[in-house]
Amino acid sequence: MEAAAASAWDERHQPNGQPVGAGSPTTETLTGADVLVRCLEAEGVEVIFGYPGGAVLPIYDAIYNHSSLRHILVRHEAGAVHAADGYARATGRPGVCLATSGPGATNLVTGLATAYMDSIPLVAFTGNVATSLIGRDAFQEADITGITMPITKHNFLVQRVEDLPHIIRAAFTLATTGRPGPVLVDLPKDVVTATMTGFRYPARVRLRGYKPTLHGHPRQLEAAAREIAQAKQPVLYLGGGVIAAGAAQEVLALAERAQLPTTSTLMGLGAFPPDHPLWLGMLGMHGTPAANWAVTHCDLLIAVGARFDDRVTGRTDRFAPRARIIHIDIDPAEIGKNVEVHVPIVGDAKKVLQALLPLVEPKEEPAWLAQIAAWKSQYRLRYQTRSDEIMPQELVDRLAAKAEEHEAATGREVVLTADVGQHQMWAAQFYPFRRPRSYINSGGLGTMGFGLPAAIGVQVARPEATVVCLTGDGSIQMNIQELDVVRSQRLPVKVIIMNNRYLGMVRQWQELFYGRRYSHSALEEGPDFILLAQAYGIPAARVDRPSQLDAALEEALNHPGPYLLDVRVRPEENCWPMVPAGGAIDEMLGVEEATGAGQPAPVQEVRT
Amino acid sequence: MKRTLSILVENQSGVLARVAGLFSRRGFNIESLSVAPTEDPTLSRITLVTLVDEKELEQLTKQLHKLVDVVKISDITEDDHIERELALIKVAAQPSNRQEILQVVDIFRARVVDVSERSVVVEVTGDQAKVDAMEQLLRPYGIREMVRTGKVAMVRGARTAPQVVREERAG
Repeated sequence: MEAAAASAWDERHQPNGQPVGAGSPTTETLTGADVLVRCLEAEGVEVIFGYPGGAVLPIYDAIYNHSSLRHILVRHEAGAVHAADGYARATGRPGVCLATSGPGATNLVTGLATAYMDSIPLVAFTGNVATSLIGRDAFQEADITGITMPITKHNFLVQRVEDLPHIIRAAFTLATTGRPGPVLVDLPKDVVTATMTGFRYPARVRLRGYKPTLHGHPRQLEAAAREIAQAKQPVLYLGGGVIAAGAAQEVLALAERAQLPTTSTLMGLGAFPPDHPLWLGMLGMHGTPAANWAVTHCDLLIAVGARFDDRVTGRTDRFAPRARIIHIDIDPAEIGKNVEVHVPIVGDAKKVLQALLPLVEPKEEPAWLAQIAAWKSQYRLRYQTRSDEIMPQELVDRLAAKAEEHEAATGREVVLTADVGQHQMWAAQFYPFRRPRSYINSGGLGTMGFGLPAAIGVQVARPEATVVCLTGDGSIQMNIQELDVVRSQRLPVKVIIMNNRYLGMVRQWQELFYGRRYSHSALEEGPDFILLAQAYGIPAARVDRPSQLDAALEEALNHPGPYLLDVRVRPEENCWPMVPAGGAIDEMLGVEEATGAGQPAPVQEVRT
Repeated sequence: MKRTLSILVENQSGVLARVAGLFSRRGFNIESLSVAPTEDPTLSRITLVTLVDEKELEQLTKQLHKLVDVVKISDITEDDHIERELALIKVAAQPSNRQEILQVVDIFRARVVDVSERSVVVEVTGDQAKVDAMEQLLRPYGIREMVRTGKVAMVRGARTAPQVVREERAG
């Protein structure tokens, strides 16, 4: 299931996670910048996304004409951190980015928060002014370790060149183990120019306050197996943790053994086969009626690597109100944070499920499965096509069909990145993600401007894949300068703009909750994206007729280099169904619009 | 209810900011705080009093554990423990009532640590109730200034928190 091929990263890490580059001391005299480069080599880092500036000039000098470390020059530091994030999401390996002090460092902030919310392994290096100038409001000084404290798993301000190897090993260890996350290492200029002898990269570092629990407690596993055996209406609820742990196979095995109807969060899409009879679709605010009703009526909810986010639960007192809850998560702080849990299991999703599987007896609850099947067939998401306008859902649907044909014809896997808004939700609803790490988008923070630089990171990580950035006419303009990276690196990224001339999700909320007062959500005609693409030397086309759509998508997907397709869609279409913020997830708006079916018959409840 | 947490942290710059930042970010309040290195110079101890219910305490403890620099957290509220605060109280004192003040100080086994023409500085150590009582009794004479520490606390008996850390490290 896991797509990541053997890479320099895998080759340079032993099965126990220790880098093979670790070794005995050298006798050379090295600058801090050289030490940094040696450390990155020892870690097996293949690529850095970065942007130079005064405080990091020594580092840039050290990587000048350097053969083993590829550097991708972005056009804005936000692009660097999102690209590193995309690289990490596509592979599971840590993404690495580099920025200068002050504005360079602060431009990383949104990207770090994005990675933090979605638990993505990143190591960000920032320059800083010399230690003697720190605290003096020096030119391009910013307290980036102070600023990023709440949005990194941990951060370091390096004080002495001798500390570098230990700190860098610690940074990579923290970013990639336990619950992954971004780690920032701040490098004052005098630390990277200072010299040291006896460089040695440590195989492991001792962090006495850091000891992630990987294996589930045996008694809790037994309790979970008992709950599953007794449940009459169970539901399996997957989150991004399943993908992070590489646990998709174990999840499928558990679901099939106990016949568990399975739903996932936005972050979990791709972890479960979308054609499977047990698949319910995504749950939550824009989830499917089948998923939301199944959760509302279940008597057992098994959460794996998910964190009961408000966009998933709606009103927590109406979320799975009759259910016993088993919560499997590597982060103990997630358990009991938002909802009360009956069987907490702290551990790595893959290891926990491997230990749980032999304890679970095969079983099936035919009445519950029949109910699920009825909901699924009667309340399948659909849309009405029109002859004069392309429907936004139609764009996603046809893109999925054409991507499938493209995969079959070329053997190239398609990876979709998205920005944030309606197009992101329609992709979640209508695009069947068949593999983990095939849908790359900003879930927790909801960062517009993520999609294009993330696509760059994905394409760099997976040159053999066809990378499609599905974006909106709003989102694309938040990091459009990165088209120049697509051009200069000759990355064959396909940018598909779902262009509705609005900030569509903002407009939808204004329509529904603010009396159609479209305050500053109309983008009007916007720029000519074709001319913009051409300015970057990227071929582009525009379509606005449904009859042209398939051919245009085929052309975009099969074009050998980068391509931009501007798809004019029906402007005021809404994303249904929708649970209003703070509402109960079984009370969705727009079920009829989304499915063509009326309200469901009452459900036979079991007593628990 | 009020909980007394004894938190062992790495003795490094920025650690207090991480702990304090977590409290404000997650909506918890710090009632009293004291920080100093331990007998192991690589570790500092934060003794902290916070007002939380049971559920909040669990979430707070788990979040604190996620900080890489936090080595160990003990909730010693329910344990048999000694707790102390220290206060320096500058009291207005004339030659006429100085003896009276000294008597009060004596009863509390407090000490006068500075005397001038028109004031005395009293040092008192004890649990919160004792320091509060001392303050009450001195108030009628006129308290010019008072400086009070946060609480420090230690569990009674031979076992120590750093020892537990060392054992866990060895195991």
